[in-house]
Amino acid sequence: MVIARLAIEGLAVARGGRRLFEGFCLAIEAGQAVALTGANGAGKTSLLRAVAGLLRPEVGTVRFEGPAGPVEAEDARAAGLHLLGHQDGLKATRTAREELAFWTAWTGGDGAGRAVEVLELGPLLDLDVRRLSAGQRRRLALARLVASPRPLWLLDEPLAPLDAARRTLFGELMAAHLAGGGLILAAVHDPLPVAARQVGIGAEA
Amino acid sequence: MSALLALFRRELSLAWGRGGGPLFACAFYVGLATLMPLATSPAPQALSAVAPGVAFAALALSSLLSLERLFERDFDDGALDLLALGPASLEAVCAVKCLAQWLTTGAPLAVLAPVVAVALGAEPRLMALTFASALAAGVGFSFVGGLGAALALGARRGGVLVAVIVLPLFVPPVIFGAGALDALASGLDWRGGMLLLLAYCLGAAALSPFAMAAGVRNAIG
Repeated sequence: MVIARLAIEGLAVARGGRRLFEGFCLAIEAGQAVALTGANGAGKTSLLRAVAGLLRPEVGTVRFEGPAGPVEAEDARAAGLHLLGHQDGLKATRTAREELAFWTAWTGGDGAGRAVEVLELGPLLDLDVRRLSAGQRRRLALARLVASPRPLWLLDEPLAPLDAARRTLFGELMAAHLAGGGLILAAVHDPLPVAARQVGIGAEA
Repeated sequence: MSALLALFRRELSLAWGRGGGPLFACAFYVGLATLMPLATSPAPQALSAVAPGVAFAALALSSLLSLERLFERDFDDGALDLLALGPASLEAVCAVKCLAQWLTTGAPLAVLAPVVAVALGAEPRLMALTFASALAAGVGFSFVGGLGAALALGARRGGVLVAVIVLPLFVPPVIFGAGALDALASGLDWRGGMLLLLAYCLGAAALSPFAMAAGVRNAIG
């Protein structure tokens, strides 16, 4: 699955009866990163979830395009994107190795070994997830993105728990992903460690 | 397909992992069955007459125990989002989860059911049918229970809600299963009840994944 372009047109999302944003338009081409900024509660997470198809927008469309034209949204979501949310989906009672193996298999990848190497997870593999620090858990969640390459990364505050060295490392990973024709849409408060277009969302935007 | 297999293995390991979920259900089942003669009459004639029915009712209640956690853990830690985004449809995810629930809770309870029934005074010749009907009913309990778990997802005090939603739906398998056992005990044809039980459970397994997926989508959306 190759996604060459993501186009968001006239999107409006409401949560709990309150409209978070409307008329939101954005296009991301292969090799581009977009840093989505906005106040708390402006709808950054909701936008990412709407792109991932987990949340139905009130109006507007999200379109995925491959090199040869439009791609079915369902296919693009099932095989073309990674969503890294606040919650990492890791089970506290399972070991890091089991969780990495499962999520790699679930996303159809085979690069778990490479992910362990790149993200320096070796010493953590036999620990239960509950013994990991927040930063270590985030690295374990990130390993999925490395283990099964997919073009579109939807990242929600990806840097928050990472230390300075790991932020740099993640910056290199993102740069490599973009260089390989990937797309990144990240909700952030801190600047991304790669060149990214800033897009605001919400009332002040 | 390999992704669903990986999911199935994960569900099994989560169920058998720390916490010993199935063992609790079994202990609860034995405890419930022990209460019955204490609450009614320990006289063997009185007890043996109701033994199959009591064993079946206790089975239904014990099947409720771990239902709450079927989707809730994955919902709480965000794994359900990723499962919904995966290569398999949400319907298939729900079906796999219920199958794993059946294998880890329904099957151990089914092994225990003949023992409980005989301990309550049922005739040993009922053991084979007790096991078979409990195993079949377990499919119904898992899939219908999964429906309740999906509907209660995200609600406060979801566990109680699951029980309230699901218990009325547990009525038909209890009637059919206990009815088949009663029929066999009194020398009548038991196949009618067993076939109805199988029909109910297969129907539940075929239909409930669609409802479950809708419930889950509603909860995460």
